[in-house]
Amino acid sequence: MTDPDGRSDRRAVVRDSLGVGIATGLYGVSFGAVSVAGGLSVSQTCALSLVMFTGASQFAFVGVVAAGGAPLSGALTALMLGTRNTLYGLKLAPLLGFRGWQRPLAAQVVIDESTAMSVTRESRELARAGFVSTGLSVFALWNLFTLVGAVAGNLIGDPRTYGLDAAVGGAFLALLWPRLSDPRNRVIAVCGAAVALGAVPITAAGVPVLVAGGVALLAGVLSSSASDPTEIPHR
Amino acid sequence: MTWLAILGAGAGCYLLKLAGVSLPARVLDHPVVERIADLIPVALLGALVAVQVFAGGTHLTFDARAVGLGAAVIALLLRAPFLLVVFVAALTAAVARLLVPGW
Repeated sequence: MTDPDGRSDRRAVVRDSLGVGIATGLYGVSFGAVSVAGGLSVSQTCALSLVMFTGASQFAFVGVVAAGGAPLSGALTALMLGTRNTLYGLKLAPLLGFRGWQRPLAAQVVIDESTAMSVTRESRELARAGFVSTGLSVFALWNLFTLVGAVAGNLIGDPRTYGLDAAVGGAFLALLWPRLSDPRNRVIAVCGAAVALGAVPITAAGVPVLVAGGVALLAGVLSSSASDPTEIPHR
Repeated sequence: MTWLAILGAGAGCYLLKLAGVSLPARVLDHPVVERIADLIPVALLGALVAVQVFAGGTHLTFDARAVGLGAAVIALLLRAPFLLVVFVAALTAAVARLLVPGW
């Protein structure tokens, strides 16, 4: 090896991480625009990106509230989707070895992308490099572009003219897509969709999605599949 | 009420992350727990796609959003990045509404 310090390895990890950070941060524009189109204010939209900071949960909250669901239903859906970050954290903690004050700071950027860019590294140094550079770049750009999208979304008038209501379905499908390579997940996704649609005429807005969460609980308890349950999707 | 839900759910999502990096790994080291936590996002996202596209209030509908979703599927099959998929869904629905007013 001509590079005993592994400095070029580190540079390569940081470069890849910044690429992921830019690509992910940019789609904060779509979240910002969709959120104000769904009836939230610019400050509420930005608060979601700052405090909640986990894309699927944010889209879910906004989607449920925009469809006329109670804010509580939106909050519950967001929390259910946020549980996967707990599993990511359990996996990352021994790898990253953060202590003391670093831990509560690192926790906020435990998301799909920072996990995917660090969990596969061979050393603690490279894992930390991937985690920190992905986490911080996504956090900075996601919040910046949320604001851009929210302000722009406020200026354009009726969001339906621009198909922004259809953008939400597209966003959820794009978040789901990488998980559909697993046949079991395809069955679960279709069951979730069918159960939710079945519940639409008989429950309040927002509730059908929570009912689908019940399907996942039931399937998890009943199924005896041995496939790796902690696989992390790569975008 | 909306602010309360935003801040409450935001704080809850943070605590879920903090629990992950703070708890010893064995706390949730149970196959059923792991499986459920893996399946929940899949079922919820499937449900969210369906409800966002085919529900209007408490009715099932079929409108320009479904055309947008079809375009999103094609974009994903062509391996388009996230932002392009969302853009294609919106653009297609907007064009469909231009062609069929009130859809």
